[in-house]
Amino acid sequence: MDFRLTKEEELKKEAFEAFFESEMKNAPPAFGNGGLEGVYDTEEGFEFHTYMAGKLAEKGWLSMGWPKLYGGQEASIMEQVIFDEVRGYYSAPGVDAFAVDMFAPTLMAGASDEQKARLLPPIRDGKAFYCQGWSEPDAGSDLASLTTTAIREGDHYVVNGQKTWTTGAHRAEYMFLLARTDPESRRGKGLSVFHLRMDLPGVQVRPLLYMNGKHVYNEVFFNDVKIPAEDLIGVEGEGWALTRQTMNFERSGAGGFSGAKRYLEQMIDYARNTTRNGQQLSKDPNARRKMAEVFIGAEVGKSLAYKIAWMHQKGDFAGLITAASASKLFSTELAQKLANDATEIMGLYGQLEDDPDAPLGGAMSDLYQMCKGATIFAGTNEIQRNLIAWVGLGLPRLKFK
Amino acid sequence: MDLDFNKEQDMLRKSVAEFLAKECPFDTVREIEDSAEGFNKKMWKKMAKLGWMEIHFPEAYGGLGDPFVEMTIIMEEMGKKAFPSPFFSTVILCGLVLLEGGSDKQKKAFLPKIAAGKKIMALAQYEKEASYLEAGIQLSAQSEGADYILNGKKMFVPNANIADEIIVAARTIQGVTLFLVDAKTPGVSIQKMQTIGKDNNCVVTFDNVNVPGDAMVGEPGAGWHILEQMAPKATVAKCAEMLGGCEESIAMTTAYAKERVQYSTPIGGFQAIQHYMADMRVAYDTSIYYLHKVVWMLDEGMDATKEVSALKAQVNEQYKFITERAVQIHGGIGTTREFNIGLFYRRAKAFEYILGDTAYHHDKLADALGM
Ligand SMILES: Cc1cc2nc3c(=O)[nH]c(=O)nc-3n(C[C@H](O)[C@H](O)[C@H](O)COP(=O)(O)OP(=O)(O)OC[C@H]3O[C@@H](n4cnc5c(N)ncnc54)[C@H](O)[C@@H]3O)c2cc1C
Repeated sequence: MDFRLTKEEELKKEAFEAFFESEMKNAPPAFGNGGLEGVYDTEEGFEFHTYMAGKLAEKGWLSMGWPKLYGGQEASIMEQVIFDEVRGYYSAPGVDAFAVDMFAPTLMAGASDEQKARLLPPIRDGKAFYCQGWSEPDAGSDLASLTTTAIREGDHYVVNGQKTWTTGAHRAEYMFLLARTDPESRRGKGLSVFHLRMDLPGVQVRPLLYMNGKHVYNEVFFNDVKIPAEDLIGVEGEGWALTRQTMNFERSGAGGFSGAKRYLEQMIDYARNTTRNGQQLSKDPNARRKMAEVFIGAEVGKSLAYKIAWMHQKGDFAGLITAASASKLFSTELAQKLANDATEIMGLYGQLEDDPDAPLGGAMSDLYQMCKGATIFAGTNEIQRNLIAWVGLGLPRLKFK
Repeated sequence: MDLDFNKEQDMLRKSVAEFLAKECPFDTVREIEDSAEGFNKKMWKKMAKLGWMEIHFPEAYGGLGDPFVEMTIIMEEMGKKAFPSPFFSTVILCGLVLLEGGSDKQKKAFLPKIAAGKKIMALAQYEKEASYLEAGIQLSAQSEGADYILNGKKMFVPNANIADEIIVAARTIQGVTLFLVDAKTPGVSIQKMQTIGKDNNCVVTFDNVNVPGDAMVGEPGAGWHILEQMAPKATVAKCAEMLGGCEESIAMTTAYAKERVQYSTPIGGFQAIQHYMADMRVAYDTSIYYLHKVVWMLDEGMDATKEVSALKAQVNEQYKFITERAVQIHGGIGTTREFNIGLFYRRAKAFEYILGDTAYHHDKLADALGM
């Protein structure tokens, strides 16, 4: 066993750190504390996201794990995790997770050569931004019950229905859409994946505000939207299998743990420089215990994330689903704990949001709200617990009709 | 023993609930939160007409002299509706300070006006260090002839932006001393802070503010004692508001869990969800009955130092726990500004700080327990 990074990985890590350290100095105030709201709430925030995407593309880092065939670098999984980790630490934008982490792998797995040639390069070059058209008002956890239809008529498909919680639909040019091509079908049968231009007639985006008033997600309505048949990805009616593959690309969580570490460092700094009731906050037993617990969470979580990468690299897929679920669950609940603990340590200041007096620029009261999104999206934490119980522990599975 | 509310109290609860349901639906709550004033004057006047503000004031000052439990009933109902108003800062914080420490003349001058909805008041206690303790009060009040000159900065002052009068905890050579300051006095400047509760917290700066000596509430140096006298009742009132929020959060979540179907099953049918909800219910039940006991003790004039701190620490944690689970059970819709559960989730964090966070009350409790 050897936990050291290789020389090569070490150098890569330094390159990533140098890059983000310098580029994040260009973040506009509107980018705030980053995250989904930093990227999507304001135009300036999104502009910074696209700027960073361009910079990352120049380095080839948007496609680092892709096969050379598609202009990638075939970097190892370990290298990708190191990248995620460093980027998570800086809370840096520029990787459109929908395009890079979800749709590109879908394309590689199921698209025609023509589609790959047409759709992959703009993603690789940081020029195409996507949103994810999966969830519907009545199909959340139970995604397979979705009812938006896409009916073939001549050389196109006609889409009717509604998506919701669509992050960034107000900024993205494209959506990858999961819709029912066979209206008589049920559940996972008869679903198909599409590449959709958001400027097509009949697509309507209605903002939904997050609880803190920020514009992150939207409702998207389809009224007789015509998608050219060439934008069906893969085989008609086989979209569920393709989508389930994409789900597995939702990541190891390495970025979440390094993000927590950075906030921990900032909190320690804050606690050392703040005196209350004649005592440095860093000497307060409550604060010390809380921050020690967050450190432990970030440490053990990082080990899990690295183990996931290792299993991936070795092609040991048996334990992967369980470990990935565990990591998603653990990292999002760690963020929740961090946000609560940090705002407690701050005392009255913990309630400040975008306020000049807010410690850490209000990042923690922000996180107190944004962390709830993370325990819900990408498979709710209850669904992750189900998976761990069913797949990981082999407990009897609940039967759904 | 009698563990029930009496008939009048049930009626009061009903009338507050009905008024708020009609006048301040959740959409109006959001509108008020988003407005610069953070306050609806019309509603305030109507509330005054209904007589909510005078209930606990003594008859000698135009009040009804009813026990404090009635104030907690009002606060609980306000909590259920996430009702934003200066009721707590005006009637409870400042009303109780005046009751505990004000001169007969001050009570005559202010309490009837508060009762009539004609005065909005704010209590300025905390400063830059954000200490809950006596030593945290450093704003200087220098005597000059019969007057005092105030210099310094107060933070986290609820509703100062709409207040007519601010009760300021300042430091004279005799110690912490309270002053009633007209918010329009030259040298007073007020700025709203951006808080998770969207609840009109303000920074109030005093720059050579001249205050006449008769604006002092209580004796010089008696300020901390008066604040300590006020705190138990006010803390319990805040807990009542928080528990109203807990009750509503559980009710909303229960209804949603019955109605929301995924995998052809109401999500409330999943045992994972049932166990969350059972825990939420336990958290509530173990808090609400304790609230009743503690407010009864205060109305009986008993010492409830331990109990008040135990209650606030308990409610701080349970309100956060209940609202966090409530959002989780709602899924995506729980995270929106449009849907109502988020109002409670944000308030749970905001109210945690009011009149002492959990760490403060744990400490106080440990002291009271002789540690
Ligand atoms: C900030 C944010 C951004 C999002 N972005 C996108 C996006 O870009 N594109 C997109 O398509 N979607 C997006 N989503 C939607 C997200 O994927 C869904 O919210 C999620 O799948 C849950 O679905 P739901 O909200 O309908 O909740 P529901 O599925 O209705 O769940 C409600 C509650 O029931 C629980 N539950 C459901 N089934 C079970 C079960 N079998 N056992 C135990 N408990 C269960 C859930 O865990 C949850 O607590 C986003 C959501 C959020 C919060």
